[in-house]
Amino acid sequence: MTSKTGTGTTGREMTGAEMVIEALADQGVEHIFGYPGGAVLPIYDALFQQSNRLQHVLVRHEQGAVHAAEGYARSTGKVGCVLVTSGPGATNAVTGLTDALCDSIPIVCITGQVPTHLIGNDAFQECDTVGITRPCTKYNYLVKNIADLPNVLHEAFHIAKSGRPGPVVVDIPKDIQFAKGMYAMPKEIAHKGYKPKLKGDRDRIKAAIEMMRHAKRPLFYTGGGIINSGPEASKLLRELVKLTGFPITSTLMGLGAFPASDPKWLGMLGMHGTWEANWAMHDCDLMICIGARFDDRITGRLDAFAPHSRKIHVDIDPSSINKNVKVDLPIVGDCAHVLEDMVRLWRAGSFTPDKKALADWWKQIDKWRARKSLAYKSSKDVIKPQYAIQRLFELTKGRNAYITTEVGQHQMWAAQFFHFDEPNRWMTSGGLGTMGYGLPAAVGVQLAHPDALVIDIAGEASVQMTMQEMSTAVQYRLPIKIFILNNQYMGMVRQWQELLHGGRYAESYSHSLPDFVKMAEAYHAVGIRCDKPGELDAAIKEMISVKKPVIFDCVVDPNENCFPMIPSGRAHNEMLLGDAAESIDEAITEEGKVMV
Amino acid sequence: MANGTSTSHYPAAPAAQGIESHTLCVLVDNEPGVLARVIGLFSGRGYNIDSLTVSETEHEKHLSRITIVTRGTPMVIEQIKNQLERLVPIHRVIDMTVSGPAIQRELAMVKVRGKGDNRVEALRLADAFRARVIDAGTESFVFEITGASDKIESFIALMLPIGLVEVSRTGIVAIQRGPEGM
Repeated sequence: MTSKTGTGTTGREMTGAEMVIEALADQGVEHIFGYPGGAVLPIYDALFQQSNRLQHVLVRHEQGAVHAAEGYARSTGKVGCVLVTSGPGATNAVTGLTDALCDSIPIVCITGQVPTHLIGNDAFQECDTVGITRPCTKYNYLVKNIADLPNVLHEAFHIAKSGRPGPVVVDIPKDIQFAKGMYAMPKEIAHKGYKPKLKGDRDRIKAAIEMMRHAKRPLFYTGGGIINSGPEASKLLRELVKLTGFPITSTLMGLGAFPASDPKWLGMLGMHGTWEANWAMHDCDLMICIGARFDDRITGRLDAFAPHSRKIHVDIDPSSINKNVKVDLPIVGDCAHVLEDMVRLWRAGSFTPDKKALADWWKQIDKWRARKSLAYKSSKDVIKPQYAIQRLFELTKGRNAYITTEVGQHQMWAAQFFHFDEPNRWMTSGGLGTMGYGLPAAVGVQLAHPDALVIDIAGEASVQMTMQEMSTAVQYRLPIKIFILNNQYMGMVRQWQELLHGGRYAESYSHSLPDFVKMAEAYHAVGIRCDKPGELDAAIKEMISVKKPVIFDCVVDPNENCFPMIPSGRAHNEMLLGDAAESIDEAITEEGKVMV
Repeated sequence: MANGTSTSHYPAAPAAQGIESHTLCVLVDNEPGVLARVIGLFSGRGYNIDSLTVSETEHEKHLSRITIVTRGTPMVIEQIKNQLERLVPIHRVIDMTVSGPAIQRELAMVKVRGKGDNRVEALRLADAFRARVIDAGTESFVFEITGASDKIESFIALMLPIGLVEVSRTGIVAIQRGPEGM
């Protein structure tokens, strides 16, 4: 089951529970998010008795623990750690684990389990944790022998953070937590069957450089893989873009890997991407995809996806290649390694791109840019959600800001209007689209960066899914800012109902909303409400200046829709702009309606 | 495309490609739950399993060999192999259908009931198919037959009118021809 190094016969004798603490400390873990319960009490006892090597953060719901660990991991590049009990503790963690799997976030989640002799007996708070989490983790373990525990714990970290990162569950029965065994940190963690490939094939990278040299309309399309690969990958990407002069766009997950303030940045692509990014995708003759996976939110209609392009795809996960879109040149490897080779080869050959063609390409791109696809009708009476994000961005510049989001319209507006120049500053639930992600994620980010300005850009519907974590933020004095774009609707659901279901707003109205200001006060936090554009700046400044958790109830236009938008069943070059909203209903095919 | 034949935001079914049958040999750590991981991958991602066999083949290394016969378009088959290789306890995946000449065999036990001429006929056919009698009574036989799946199919079809009672089959196992190992 485990790697074969170390046998659990050398080292110091201790209980399984103590081994958990030792192993976490040996892995350099400083914070662990969790919630106690019967089957995990020995580990909590060991936590109580340890000498401040680990800080435990008590969440209010296990889903919050995993999201907090995700925020922690995404903003630091470290592994996020979670400790929950058996049964409901484990099942509550499942949403977070699935979220981490979809977005490739390294998480180690330790779950308590009923004693081994009761497994399969329908014992109190028993569930088949490894069975339930098998499809939503990168790997999981049930430890039935104390001698296996040291290796399993360290291997779990190795698997979580190496290759394509992901969540790993270690299920530890209560008797194993009490059992005594020998603990030593294994010298090396090697798994025979698991060896992610980091270096890309040299000949293929050379071929890629050749294709890039001769491209007429090239485009970098990058994703979360660059962020996961580490800050070095972002640095190398910037270098490669500078060397080649090619335009660059990115997925939702990849924002910040390349600076949004750079003129070569086209903005995000995909369903709510910019006009210029999506048109460039459609018209390019060479697509250089690095650390992205041709997700359906990106490609739109597949048979019309970038029809004139040849495609290079760099990914650490071979199963991401040729899954949705057939590519011409696959390169399996870690983004930073492959980018390093690309930069070196380009430099070594003193290559130049096809400058004349590239100038024409940029001319075309500038025409698309001139459409100003993110434009919206401003208002003096109501706060437009886009305006709120723009002001938030302007007023938090230079303040070391980290942004998390929930899921929906506000998330897309945040992606469009809040600009990132650095990686690891943007934490959002992309793959799974988990409402309720942002608030607990902000808790994790703030814990990792105590002096930073951490803001959860939220919707009034999403934020209520994990609102209980305000209590966590207050307990640990984490001054997170919950910036709610309150449009009194599940906005993205309402938008689709407006466009696809004849304006029949089934259950998407946020009824009986709480008074968010009073709610903040009830949590001993600070509440601020603003519903006038003229007062917004002052209110945001007040929010920033408060050194406590804040819930900011930003009352916005309830009818605003998120544009640009590629309607269901359409291609990149058929995207709709804000002005076209009235005729949008005719633009969606019957088949498209099914596939929202 | 508004009156269109295809498309939505999700990838359309790859109708242009033909469906192929492939036999995959998968070398895995023989640990608890490993078969569940493989089967869960197939059911979770909507792949087909036509045949599945599994047994530990290298006891000292605790390695098991799983043989899976699956169907899909070339792109789906490629995806299945990549997804399998991604699973942590999986060491190797070999596609026996493309990796060179391979032998595929199956074993079946076939119970036939009958009297008089039917018994004689059953034995005669079994002899022709090189099936062995592994249990015999006054009213029944159990035959053991090994071979390619279509041979077993024909044998079973012939036994049906004679008095076929029950069939138990192992599913396909496969190995490459020649001196090289997996």
